[in-house]
Amino acid sequence: MVELKLPTKSRPTEGKTWPKPDGSNIQEYRVYRYNPDENQNPRIDTFYVDVDECGPMVLDGLLWIKNNVDPKLALRRSCREGVCGSCAMNVDGLNTLACTKSADEISGVVKIFPLPHLQVIKDLVPDLDNFFAQHRSIEPWLKTTTPAPGDEWRQSEAARMKLDGLYECILCACCSTSCPSYWWNGDRYLGPAILLQAYRWLIDSRDEATGERLDNLEDPFRLYRCHTIMNCSNTCPKGLNPAKAIVEIKKMMVERRI
Amino acid sequence: MGMRTPFAIISGKGSIKGGTTHFWHQRLSALANIPLTLFLVWLVARLAGANRSEMIEVISNPLIAGVIVLAIIGIFWHMALGMQVVIEDYVHSEGMKIFLIIFNNFFAFAIGALSIVAVLMLGFGG
Repeated sequence: MVELKLPTKSRPTEGKTWPKPDGSNIQEYRVYRYNPDENQNPRIDTFYVDVDECGPMVLDGLLWIKNNVDPKLALRRSCREGVCGSCAMNVDGLNTLACTKSADEISGVVKIFPLPHLQVIKDLVPDLDNFFAQHRSIEPWLKTTTPAPGDEWRQSEAARMKLDGLYECILCACCSTSCPSYWWNGDRYLGPAILLQAYRWLIDSRDEATGERLDNLEDPFRLYRCHTIMNCSNTCPKGLNPAKAIVEIKKMMVERRI
Repeated sequence: MGMRTPFAIISGKGSIKGGTTHFWHQRLSALANIPLTLFLVWLVARLAGANRSEMIEVISNPLIAGVIVLAIIGIFWHMALGMQVVIEDYVHSEGMKIFLIIFNNFFAFAIGALSIVAVLMLGFGG
């Protein structure tokens, strides 16, 4: 059955309160910490960030903590401009990219947790292996039977525009890990991010494997676990609408069936 | 189990290439249930305070009995389809899931059949 409470060993406890720096502009961060080597429950540490000494984003705050307070704080980051998707985490109750979330938008304490309902490797680093395997399962590349033309696969401007709102997805997993259906059935349900990617290839005018792709998706768990809860579209840090992409896939399924 | 690759885990037993009929029938029955339920509400309001013989007189009209039977089919069909989705969502033990899905179908058919027989008995004069 579905579990509404975390297992005993996964429940966070009150953690360490780190020293407060001197300065007049201090913001409090409460950060989820977990170290698999310590055989202890996760804990919530309290940090105080000198806002005048670091950049404006939540990621800047976390890196300030890592550089000035606790170098052991583990998090993923790379591009620091919302393109790579590495720093996806739960900030102030909503999954988002720490690098594009402004810290001064948050009134009071900045609460930071890893993406929900994934195995935690350490601190804010979740295990995304299954997520990326699911992405590979939809074969996210152009599939054709016709021999490749000498120059390029041609596409009209109108057909190319159909990919707008889809190609921008950076696979940060914010949407999938905000979805209760993905929480309960994440091993079988593909989740909003992967289904949005699947739709991106389904409607690519150059692709010749639409039927095969629909066959692969047509499953009570892979596709139909989506119950239009809409958390995905609400949380997407890129402003995309995975719920609409899933509805479009369902429409394609019904159209070919009736 | 711990040695399986992520791709093996998420591939599972593969796509069943189905589920669309279930999804479509759920929408279809939902659509049908809008007028049917409104009709039932109207009928209950219309028969409020009626005695048994007045009620039998109304239900023995084949048009009314027919729509009631359709409403029973529509509502129990929709209930069984929807309940199956809830079971699949929340029950993860394979044995319990199969048991509940079987029970859900039997229950819907049994209650639906009893309701239809009751309407027909009233329709034919009680």
